[in-house]
Amino acid sequence: MAIVVKRPKLKWWEHLYLPAIVGGMRVTLGHLIKTLSGKKKVTMQYPEEKWDENLPEHYRGAPALVTDEQDRERCVACQLCEFICPPRAITIKPEEIPSDDKWAKVEKRPKAFDIDMIRCIYCGLCEEVCPEQAIFLRKDYAITGTSREEMVHDKERLYEIGGKRVGLVNKWNGLK
Amino acid sequence: MNSLTDITPFLAADILHVSIAATVKIVAFVFMTILPMVALSVWAERRVSAAIQDRVGPNRVGPFGLLQPVADGIKFLLKEDFTPNHVRKGYYWLAPALTMVPALLTCAVLPFGSKLFGEKMVIADLNVGPLFVFAIASLTVYGIVLAGWSSNSKYPFLGGVRATSQMISYEICLGLSIIPVIMIYGELNLGSIVQYQAENGWAILPLWGEGLSVKGFLLWIPIIISFIIFTTSMFAETNRLPFDLPECETELVAGYHTEYSSMKFALFFLGEYAAMIIGSGLAVTLFLGGWSLPFGWLTPESAAADVPWWHGVIHILTFFAKVIGFILFFIVIRWTLPRFRYDQLMRLGWVFFFEIALINVILTAVILWIA
Repeated sequence: MAIVVKRPKLKWWEHLYLPAIVGGMRVTLGHLIKTLSGKKKVTMQYPEEKWDENLPEHYRGAPALVTDEQDRERCVACQLCEFICPPRAITIKPEEIPSDDKWAKVEKRPKAFDIDMIRCIYCGLCEEVCPEQAIFLRKDYAITGTSREEMVHDKERLYEIGGKRVGLVNKWNGLK
Repeated sequence: MNSLTDITPFLAADILHVSIAATVKIVAFVFMTILPMVALSVWAERRVSAAIQDRVGPNRVGPFGLLQPVADGIKFLLKEDFTPNHVRKGYYWLAPALTMVPALLTCAVLPFGSKLFGEKMVIADLNVGPLFVFAIASLTVYGIVLAGWSSNSKYPFLGGVRATSQMISYEICLGLSIIPVIMIYGELNLGSIVQYQAENGWAILPLWGEGLSVKGFLLWIPIIISFIIFTTSMFAETNRLPFDLPECETELVAGYHTEYSSMKFALFFLGEYAAMIIGSGLAVTLFLGGWSLPFGWLTPESAAADVPWWHGVIHILTFFAKVIGFILFFIVIRWTLPRFRYDQLMRLGWVFFFEIALINVILTAVILWIA
């Protein structure tokens, strides 16, 4: 059923438009003065002001690999992240840890670990699925490059972004 | 130039003097003031619009982004000047020039100052100032019509048609609205009109001189009506919001300049802003006392009297301050009012303004006759 909306009946001075113009200009000039006097917060001036200090705790930026207290790479190349990654951005080449290595009991480590940052959708599933707490989404958001090759983060770069992380559950330490 | 009785043959030195003075004034006023003002008003438009919408606006190029127009200009110059295959080439090329040139021509009669070093601060001291402005300014519509027609595509065509009817309709209101003012001044020379206002109170602020009388206050009513009609018609003539129907983005893509690119588009853009500045200049001259300061401060004794050079400089600055204020008013109005519907626009022009302006003329005549 159609709803009939009654047109408001305007007073004679409302028909003149002029009071409406004055009222409208009060609004626009109010905004103008507020913005010019700096009372109103406006857009962040990006390259000078960065997001870094203002990012929320749960922000999901670039994924990165971390090392533990003993500088051991936490990744054991189980490839779960590679399999769960929705856009298939992760490529892992596992390798066996030689028996004379200090961490031979861990058995496996990644030989190559590439994340294609053009493909990555920052969903955080890799972090969620990792049984070793080896991959984390950091707060880096300005991932740039001038070629496709540059946008692929290799193992070295991933550890550089991730750095060392302490206070995690340690499955493998010198004792165990 | 003074009168026909003065028929002493011009000496070569006089001709030289007149032509040099005219050239200097044209270069200083049109090329070194109006054109930079056009560029700066584009910057002001963007900054003020941004501030009204709680944004920052262009602030990267130069201090406060003041060099943004230069960057825009370079961009326009370096872009490919693309002429679509389906346009009528000759008219398509002619149209942008036809919008820009009349707008700049009209500043010839605007008195932008009293006197500086004994020279009248007006390029052509014509005795038919407002008539000249309307005659030339109405040529602008040809540029828009040609652009709309020669582009040979639907949106520019619709924009052109709208522009034609809108500009022709509002030209009538514009012309009629200043008749009361001219009746009161009894003068068509814009310089003398300003001198009169300097001595006897601005048209919309008659608070000193002869303006401060019963007659002055009675005449204030038709002048205010004139001012409102004039300003509104000026918005319609320059295709500014709330009357920007010839180029409304939401309906017509970009209206008559849809098919234009690079410098040709820039010419339309600049022509529009130049028209806005000249329109503001005319409104300031006719209603806001032109270059004169309020309450008769620093007013020259007569139009012919000499003024000290620093008075002349202050007068020029006053004129431009007023024009800039008027342009800011244009910009604020843009973000205050929504666009009119086409039938509302036509109704406002033909049913209300036309009649009110006519009645206003009669009202002024009656008041002048009684008082």
